[in-house]
Amino acid sequence: MSDAVTALGGARAGGPLATVEEAPLRGMVTLRGDFARVGGAVREAVGLGMPKTRQILTMRDRAVAWMSPDELLLLMPYGKAGAVVTLLEGALEGAHFLAVDVSDARACFRISGSGSGAREVLARLCPADLSPSVFGPGEVRRTRLAQVPAAFWMDDSGDVTLICFRSVARYAFDLLANAAEGDAVGFFPAS
Amino acid sequence: MSFRLEQGGRLVDRQVPLDFRFDGKRHSGFAGDTLASALLGAGQMLVNRSYKYHRPRGIVASGPEEPNALVGLGQGARFEPDQRATTTELFDGLTAMSQNAWPSLGFDMMAVNGWFSAMMPAGFYYKTFLWPRPFWKHVYEPLIREAAASGRPPQEEDADRYEHFYAFVDVLVIGGGIAGLQAALAAGAGGARVLLIEQTPRWGGRAPVDGAEIDGKPAEAWIAETVAALEAMKNVTLCARCMGAGIYDHGFALGYERLTDHAPKMGGPRHRLWKIRAKQIVTATGSIERPLSFAGNDVPGVMLASAVRDYVVNYGVAPGRRTVVVTNNDDAYRTVLALVDAGLEVPVVVDARERSDGPFAREAIRRGVAVECGAAIMKVKGTRQVEGVMLCRGNGTGAAGAMVKCDAVAMSGGWSPVVHLWSHCGGKLLWSETNAHFYPDFSRAPTGADGRPFVRTAGGASGAMGTGSVLVDAAAAGADAAQAAGSGATKAIAPAQARDEEERPMRPVWVMPEQALPELRAKMFLDFQNDVKVSDVQLAAQEGYESVEHAKRYTTLGMANDQGKLSNINGLAILADSLGAPVPEVGTTTFRPPYQPISFGAIAGEARGDLFQPLRRTPIHAWHEAAGAYWEPVGHWRRPYCYPKPGESHGDAIAREVQATRGSVGMLDASTLGKIVVKGPDAGRFLDMLYTNKMSSLKLGRCRYGLMCSENGFLIDDGVVARIDEETFLCHTTTGGADRIHGHMEDWLQCEWWDWQVYTANVTEQWGQIAVVGPKARALLETLGGIDVSKEALPFMGWVDGELAGVPVRIYRISFSGELSFEIAVKAGQALALWTRLMEEGRAFGVTPYGTEALHVMRAEKGFIMIGDETDGTVIPQDLGLDWAISKKKADFLGKRAQERVHMRDPERWKLVGLETLDGSVLPDGAYAPGEGENANGQRRTIGRVTSSYMSPVLGRGIAMGLVARGPERMGEVIGFMGEDGQMIETRIVSPVFYDPDGEKQDV
Repeated sequence: MSDAVTALGGARAGGPLATVEEAPLRGMVTLRGDFARVGGAVREAVGLGMPKTRQILTMRDRAVAWMSPDELLLLMPYGKAGAVVTLLEGALEGAHFLAVDVSDARACFRISGSGSGAREVLARLCPADLSPSVFGPGEVRRTRLAQVPAAFWMDDSGDVTLICFRSVARYAFDLLANAAEGDAVGFFPAS
Repeated sequence: MSFRLEQGGRLVDRQVPLDFRFDGKRHSGFAGDTLASALLGAGQMLVNRSYKYHRPRGIVASGPEEPNALVGLGQGARFEPDQRATTTELFDGLTAMSQNAWPSLGFDMMAVNGWFSAMMPAGFYYKTFLWPRPFWKHVYEPLIREAAASGRPPQEEDADRYEHFYAFVDVLVIGGGIAGLQAALAAGAGGARVLLIEQTPRWGGRAPVDGAEIDGKPAEAWIAETVAALEAMKNVTLCARCMGAGIYDHGFALGYERLTDHAPKMGGPRHRLWKIRAKQIVTATGSIERPLSFAGNDVPGVMLASAVRDYVVNYGVAPGRRTVVVTNNDDAYRTVLALVDAGLEVPVVVDARERSDGPFAREAIRRGVAVECGAAIMKVKGTRQVEGVMLCRGNGTGAAGAMVKCDAVAMSGGWSPVVHLWSHCGGKLLWSETNAHFYPDFSRAPTGADGRPFVRTAGGASGAMGTGSVLVDAAAAGADAAQAAGSGATKAIAPAQARDEEERPMRPVWVMPEQALPELRAKMFLDFQNDVKVSDVQLAAQEGYESVEHAKRYTTLGMANDQGKLSNINGLAILADSLGAPVPEVGTTTFRPPYQPISFGAIAGEARGDLFQPLRRTPIHAWHEAAGAYWEPVGHWRRPYCYPKPGESHGDAIAREVQATRGSVGMLDASTLGKIVVKGPDAGRFLDMLYTNKMSSLKLGRCRYGLMCSENGFLIDDGVVARIDEETFLCHTTTGGADRIHGHMEDWLQCEWWDWQVYTANVTEQWGQIAVVGPKARALLETLGGIDVSKEALPFMGWVDGELAGVPVRIYRISFSGELSFEIAVKAGQALALWTRLMEEGRAFGVTPYGTEALHVMRAEKGFIMIGDETDGTVIPQDLGLDWAISKKKADFLGKRAQERVHMRDPERWKLVGLETLDGSVLPDGAYAPGEGENANGQRRTIGRVTSSYMSPVLGRGIAMGLVARGPERMGEVIGFMGEDGQMIETRIVSPVFYDPDGEKQDV
């Protein structure tokens, strides 16, 4: 039957600060477990090591992000989520863990702007320190986007990927698009 | 009368005239003016009528402490009341309206209040309008509000944009005067991340006006160099037009930036609210001059001495041609010299001190100005404008002396450090006998989470009085803050060099003359905004209002939107004097944020219109929208309440949806139901504690309905649990319970049973959930094919995984309607496609989408309870006849012990029953059944309450559920419920199951 769709069909908006675009579906698996014991399974499932606190490790279309002291978020192509869950279940058989596909529970946005554009957009909505000295590529931040929970990380280009719950995709997109219409405050030193 | 001087005004550009309107009349000012300076320049002394007596009032100050000059600014969607003329930058086309005058500023009917002012003392309203009581709300208050009206609220939606901005810094410096600049320089020298904010558009504060010299050059030059140096530092951000509004716990501070108030055509957001987290905060907020209390000190033309010199020096505006200066300190002589320099007359300086021989005074005398020492102003002559002053001895009762003609009075009662921000988060104060002001007690600073101070003051805000002291103090504050913020190696810098100007001691003067008789005291205004006089505070003290907080509320001293910036110290000194107590013993009222009012737009930020609140949409939302659903808000979700067809009422639509579902097949979007995965070796044990019944015994592939209670025994949620595998359960919660119950689970796991091996995950949004309900439901699913949904393969309360029409799904055979029912869980990304497909295939069966109200009607027909209808936080499962779902065998579960308490087992508890009106009508939801007699509060007793009430389309009559005292024992009894018109509705107590009591339809 028909393919799975995102919440907003790839909505896109742009302003002086940044362009905001709903990203295509992405595989996401929540893994809860004892970090001392799940490393091997994570490597087997997505080919990556264990992230440190608030770290995200990325390799091509796979990534693993620290979510809490006992929770990771694994990222992979949308169609591979089920297979990753199966791999984890196999590798962790007998251990206490929880691996669950959450790909459809999320909306995912890409915020790209020149200079500090993406930081400027997020600093209007999130009570998180976005200074380049604190938040940069490789860091994942769970925080609040105005009135909803969200998480985001930055890649080497300075673009930011943000995830939130699917039901509030429209709200999140409208927030980001609205913030992108602002003018630069200039608070962040050029990075 | 005030007027524009031929020349001068360091801040105005006379080449750029700007037109503006005040009360419809056209005036003109210059670029760089404030609205206040432009009004004064245009000769407009009278700007307002006072709050209570409607006395004419003029501009008193030149900054945020201004009590009188509040105007309505802008028009239509950009109108805003209560804007301070002194902090409003002039722009071309500005329109301002005076407030609080009826019918006009010049002729105010309400001024009649002033003639009766002797009859309106402190507490007047409380004393006079006590009786009859209903009159307060309906007669007195509306009239008083009309008479005392300040600004009018805007009538249109705000046309402007607002935004928030979160900033994290090592050191926040609030105030961009010379102290703030010096502190920022010192803090930034070692590399600390510094944010420096200043409420006005310009840096440097009042140092240039006061003639300070720094590093051997005029203050203005030093300021320009320092700002340039700071701007060149990558680790320092400067933000002008940004007021430090408040300081809160954990180094949180609010900055209120006004981006386009001065240039409304500029575009972009109008205000930006900075939400700042600072490791350390330096408040370099300067000080504010105090008025003096003499009779008629509120007549237009009486101004603060510092304001007079600001207007002359900064804007080239003179408050009058002949200005009498009255003072108790040396600083006011700076004003004398500024006036003389501008070629204006100072007929006399009235100095409350016995001697005046400081350098500024000597200079004034040298320039030919007469100085009267030990003198006072007995009263000001004039009503709408100063015409002269009567002098008298300072220590007398006010025997009239010489009359001096003048058209302005400049007064100075000394200076008070702006300690507001220091105090917001708990900083304490000390009283300086020397300067008669409160200043920060540095040993009792606001402390952070680590118990260490996180706020320090700099310069004038510390109580430093001379330029040299200000800079030394500020450099230390900045360096200390950077060090306390732990921002690496601090490079110490030397403070800029300046000397403290030589000044003679001031003399505290709270009433002028000191022994003034009551008649004079009743004309000495303390609080211009609230019309509070010296006599009012003295009366309050006499009447027993000894606490400064009580006296404030009784007299309204310091209560309006200036929060007593001018009046507080003078007022509490009067209170202290009346009580015979020292000033520090009486203390100050509490300083609370914001320092000055900030706009509602800035507080709301982006949260308006579509962004006011998040709206949660199911994956099928767009279909419902296209189908013309009438929405019901359920938490942040929107769910279809019903799908009215053209011309159909909601009642008709609901009846049709119920009939179609019970007759054939209906479909409900149940995606909002909470879904929580619970997994681990201890998952069964955990759920046995959470639910009242046993879940660990649930077999694989099966579902069980369960109840959750709080530890106090009250029912908090319900839903169906499915056993997925040996270690895994899926718990369905109510729509509103999803996040709350997930939190509840994690709370118990993390805080109480931390050693249990259980993980949970909230997967509510992973799945769309489609309920296919009705006698034809099975046939519809069979049309799609892929899964055997026969009674044998998928019995009632079972679930199965498979592919329906090629879409991976999980089907639960559970029913909330009493019909044959399948709830299909499908990945959110495919939910809309599956729903659409089911709708297409269902056409042959007359499939009907139904909304939440049809769902409610059907569950009520079956006597199924609804969390939030039958429960209200005081209801236990036993009240609802749910004893069958409470395990008797389990040793424990949350709520078990509580449910054994005496009150919970009381046979008099209200219990669930069905209710049928004798006439078949629908009972009002929430109606009470009155009983005999009265309760302890003298209210009629009640014996029952309607919890759910609907029109049942299949039964053709109203049905209801309710909680009734000893209800189940009273089957068949007829009791009365109170109708909305006060008539009793005769109602029979019946079983709550109205439809298919044997449950045959759902188990086919």
